[in-house]
Amino acid sequence: MTSPLLTARGLAKNYGPRAACADVSLDLYEGEVLAIVGESGSGKSTLLGLLATETSPDAGEVHYRFRDDEVRDLLTLGEAERRLLMRTDWGFIRQDATQGLRMPVSAGGNVGERLMAVGARHYGNIRATAEDWLARVEIDPGRIDDSPKTFSGGMRQRLQIARNLVTQPRLVFMDEPTSGLDVSVQARLLDLIRTLVAELGLAVVIVTHDLAVARLLSHRMMVMKGGRVIETGLTDQVLDDPREPYTQLLVSSVLAA
Amino acid sequence: MNEHAQATGYNFAYLDEQTKRMIRRAILKGIAIPGYQVPFASREMPMPYGWGTGGVQVTAAILGPDDVLKVIDQGSDDTTNAVSIRKFFARTAGVATTTKTVEATVIQTRHRVPETALRSDQVLVYQVPIPEPLRYLEPRETETRKLHALGEYGLMHVKLYEDIARHGHVATTYAYPVEVAGRYVMDPSPVPKFDNPKIDDCEALQLFGAGREKRIYAVPPHTKVRSLDFEDHPFRVQTFKDPCALCAAEGVYLDEVVLDDRGGRMFVCSDTDYCEERREAGHRGHLAGDDPLSPVGRGRVAEGDRVREEHKSDSASPSPRPSPHRGEGEEALP
Ligand SMILES: Nc1ncnc2c1ncn2[C@@H]1O[C@H](COP(=O)(O)OP(=O)(O)O)[C@@H](O)[C@H]1O
Ligand SMILES: [Mg+2]
Ligand SMILES: [Zn+2]
Repeated sequence: MTSPLLTARGLAKNYGPRAACADVSLDLYEGEVLAIVGESGSGKSTLLGLLATETSPDAGEVHYRFRDDEVRDLLTLGEAERRLLMRTDWGFIRQDATQGLRMPVSAGGNVGERLMAVGARHYGNIRATAEDWLARVEIDPGRIDDSPKTFSGGMRQRLQIARNLVTQPRLVFMDEPTSGLDVSVQARLLDLIRTLVAELGLAVVIVTHDLAVARLLSHRMMVMKGGRVIETGLTDQVLDDPREPYTQLLVSSVLAA
Repeated sequence: MNEHAQATGYNFAYLDEQTKRMIRRAILKGIAIPGYQVPFASREMPMPYGWGTGGVQVTAAILGPDDVLKVIDQGSDDTTNAVSIRKFFARTAGVATTTKTVEATVIQTRHRVPETALRSDQVLVYQVPIPEPLRYLEPRETETRKLHALGEYGLMHVKLYEDIARHGHVATTYAYPVEVAGRYVMDPSPVPKFDNPKIDDCEALQLFGAGREKRIYAVPPHTKVRSLDFEDHPFRVQTFKDPCALCAAEGVYLDEVVLDDRGGRMFVCSDTDYCEERREAGHRGHLAGDDPLSPVGRGRVAEGDRVREEHKSDSASPSPRPSPHRGEGEEALP
């Protein structure tokens, strides 16, 4: 059996006296979707930031298996290498599209940015690839020169996805990618994410407070409370037969909602 | 205090020796790392920032008593800005001044590189309003510094991509970004991209001073300076349909000049010194009279008559403002 793609051990982050994240360990395999669920303030986004090395931990380690199969400690990686990894082999879809997109730049420029960052210098090819990706995320390629400011919330999220997937990453982090959208828009976006993840065999760590999202997308899930992981397991098992009283509460409140 | 200082009440070239040494250190560092923006403690100068205080401080730091100074503003030696800077150094340093490129040892410039090829015994000092080429897409200074340090210049191409997407071609005609010595990307200051090829492999040392932004950078002699582009949209300079109306020069940068209030206009060398030299050598454009000293023939067109498109005033934002120069024809490979 191949070794995990991403491994975390004993991750911790404190903000002042408060532990935003405490002693979190996990393994993520290629093609696997892991959902991190929990109430607002439970430390989900902090954990995601630690895994994506956007936040430096107070304790713990993150290892990643590169394309050449070499497993490396991400916290000792040089800045240039780390940033290269983030914009080639990784993606990050943010809840707030304005933080995940370059708003003053056209849709095509947003999708093409990563290509240019890794050395693409043929305008026609960059544009053709951008058009292709816009179509794949169900945005009319005719809107390639439009500003994302003119896009709806759902379109912005889909543009973010195209912008991230254009370099064919193996691992994508998502922080509440569907929240704040209308229910029908959410459903369409979730469907698109599920299709792309399956097609591309992506590994995903998705943060959500919405257990329905976790149910639809993830293979495994982790339940967080007060910065700690209190329950982990296969998604269906955790949702259908939660062991921890807190998880039972979480699941039942969703069922009641 | 030296003799000069006793005579004028100023230290030589206005700045005190300690300040000049500090600026020289920044210049030396800039020369050692071509295209890298060196921070320096920019001083207040007795003129507003828009007047090129960065260039003035660099000039003050490198000027010696035997130097001959030329100051260009938009290609001309006669604008208020150029005249006052020239007078400033004539008064505070007592140096000789000239309007002739060939006679000068130090040339301070805004908006142009002289048409006459520069020599190894000359220094070209640029006045720079906005030194950061990445600012258009990345306003955070901490981030642009990181991008320079890591050589992450993809954003520059995003900017060019946007230009082509919007206008069908790279519409950036001024302050066109260049890669210096295969490493740092640099804003060559608001010179027309026409001048970019002159910055490449130049015999003279080129220094850039941004006063308000407190940055100095340099291109040492014979440094490779490459204008950024795409394979299928290669860098091209502007060309002009007709030669200079006064001196018949071709392959030079032309300004549009209004002749009368009935729409009469002509295109003449932006570099007034170059134009005069050619006419003195007997070249005649179609609007030049036989008398080289006639008002039009002399080419000393009053500043107000020149149609200048201020693509970039010193306080303008660095967003690309496409407005091709009137009379520009196709673009040609350099
Ligand atoms: N940058 C920060 N500075 C201070 N406190 C923070 C910061 N980020 C998160 N926190 C705190 O850490 C805890 C976990 O936050 P977060 O990871 O954003 O939770 P979640 O994503 O589950 O809503 C919260 O109490 C939050 O206020
Ligand atoms: Mg969160
Ligand atoms: Zn001329």
